[in-house]
Amino acid sequence: MKLLVRLIHESKPIIAQVVKDTGVLINVDRARSDAHEGEEALVDVPDESCILVSERMRSLGAEVRILEEGIRHDEEECVDCGACISICPKKVFSFDKDWKLQVETKKCILCGRCIISCPHAALSLSY
Amino acid sequence: MEKSIDEINRRIRDGSARVVTADEMPDIVSELGEEGALREVDVVTTGTFGAMCSSGAFLNFGHAEPPIKMERIWLNDVEAYGGIAAVDTYIGATNKSVTRMESYGGAHVIEDFISGKAIELRAQSSGSDCYPRRSITTELRLEDLNQAIMVNPRNAYQRYDAAVNTSEDTLYTYMGTLLPHNANVTFSGAGTLNPICNDPNLRLIGSGVPILLGGAQGMVIGEGTQHSSAGSFATLMTTADMADMNTDFLRAAIMHRYGPTLYLGVGIPLPVLDIETVRRTAVQDSDIMVSIRDYGVPSRSRPVISQVSYAELKSGTIELNNEEIKTSSLSSFRRAKMVANTLKRWVEDGQMTLCLPTRYIDTSKQAKPMRETRKVILVQEIMQRKVVTIKEGQDITEAARKLLRGETNHLPVLNEQGRLTGVITTFDIAKAVARPERKVRVQDIMTRNVITTQADEPIDIAAQKLDHHRISALPVVDAQNQCIAILHASDLGKLFKPGGGRP
Repeated sequence: MKLLVRLIHESKPIIAQVVKDTGVLINVDRARSDAHEGEEALVDVPDESCILVSERMRSLGAEVRILEEGIRHDEEECVDCGACISICPKKVFSFDKDWKLQVETKKCILCGRCIISCPHAALSLSY
Repeated sequence: MEKSIDEINRRIRDGSARVVTADEMPDIVSELGEEGALREVDVVTTGTFGAMCSSGAFLNFGHAEPPIKMERIWLNDVEAYGGIAAVDTYIGATNKSVTRMESYGGAHVIEDFISGKAIELRAQSSGSDCYPRRSITTELRLEDLNQAIMVNPRNAYQRYDAAVNTSEDTLYTYMGTLLPHNANVTFSGAGTLNPICNDPNLRLIGSGVPILLGGAQGMVIGEGTQHSSAGSFATLMTTADMADMNTDFLRAAIMHRYGPTLYLGVGIPLPVLDIETVRRTAVQDSDIMVSIRDYGVPSRSRPVISQVSYAELKSGTIELNNEEIKTSSLSSFRRAKMVANTLKRWVEDGQMTLCLPTRYIDTSKQAKPMRETRKVILVQEIMQRKVVTIKEGQDITEAARKLLRGETNHLPVLNEQGRLTGVITTFDIAKAVARPERKVRVQDIMTRNVITTQADEPIDIAAQKLDHHRISALPVVDAQNQCIAILHASDLGKLFKPGGGRP
């Protein structure tokens, strides 16, 4: 399960603290530090530890959103061109044998690159 | 053995014609041989589905009461051509909406008409005795129009060069997103299914020949604009009635930071008349080569990096300088197959018979670049040659002093050899003062990744750099990376003053 974590207290190593407290191994997919929007990390945790980890992060002052799925693919708008395939850093997109676009949202790290690269506005973030 | 077009049409009418799609032909020919394939196959259908920017439609709205000769026209805030009286217009696919620049354009107007939506027409006129009305606003659906005839100046490119980007920045182009440092390749076209690839000498494709266009039965008008058959970049001008189109084969699209374009399905059924037709329609993806061009160079003649076949491009990765690079198609091969299959069904069901061109397209033509009679304005004509610089090792208080004295926001930073190594702005100084973590020298706070220009660079390219990187000045460097001048965004204003911009 993916969690989107907004880190409020910049001086505290919240993710490290949560790993230490809960013993759950957290994989950081993507992290961003921005002067305007603060620090944000997309982390991957085992499904069964999702509640435990997010509660602990919240208690340390982080904002946590549980992301049910990755990039959202609108099959009505999609024309199966494949513009998204080569710009995705995680190989989320591929063609099946009939040149139909396949989307493996589990691999998605929500970087958002494909959203602007889709000529048909068929990709969006679901959160 | 040869077959006549009449014989093929007779078989289409009595339902006995053997129709195949172009991607099936290579196997049929290798199985039956050329003579066998000629006997067996009557019609080969082709298809492509991709961005075709040079597209649009003539519309006639009927006369208003009192009548108006529309001189400026907007459809859902997208301007349409007002130079063809009185209630005729041409709506082009790539025109941007004046209110929704980034998300709506002429292509969307066309798609919305086809999907049955109401479109707001606004028009203005200067008025005349015969057309007294000065303005009109109304809502129209496709069925309210007298005509909505799609006429596309340039469709169905024979093939199209692939794109790569050697520069350090992500580029957003009509060839899609091009990642820096050759990180991806994009391409367009359907390869083996491409109409003109199956008839490169244009023996069968020409004026009057029936086609599928946007899902409608239409026809080829003749050569398209920029038709360049001699370089194997033939194009077609096409037409069909919008009332017969559907969104399976027509979709508006937005290329990020380029603008609107129209994705169109175009397909042509080819009569198998002779061995030459068999040979040509047996073309495979591996036979069709294109260049990979570097879009990192903002010039008409983008350098060719390599040659590849559609087979390589469609495999998902190509090899470039011993590295594997991911490819993206911008056209949909799946929809291209739908085009060819739909045409196949039409011909099998006798809904479409074939004909030979009433006029043939010139295959010796080569497209010319534009003749330019005025000199392109270069950076050197408006750059500021008096440029205040600073050395890497100097104190930031000295930089602050120079910024104040020079009344500038940008100080190019030089190393001991006088080469440009960075740039420092008033913002950098402000940051350093706000967070004084022992950052005292220019090199501690300067921006090292400097975007530069050269004296002989066209001003439009420099302006695009300022825009793309959202910066307000560019150091001008020579071949040795010596900073010889600076170009401020505000200098661009000189171009608009009377007599400005020219030495």
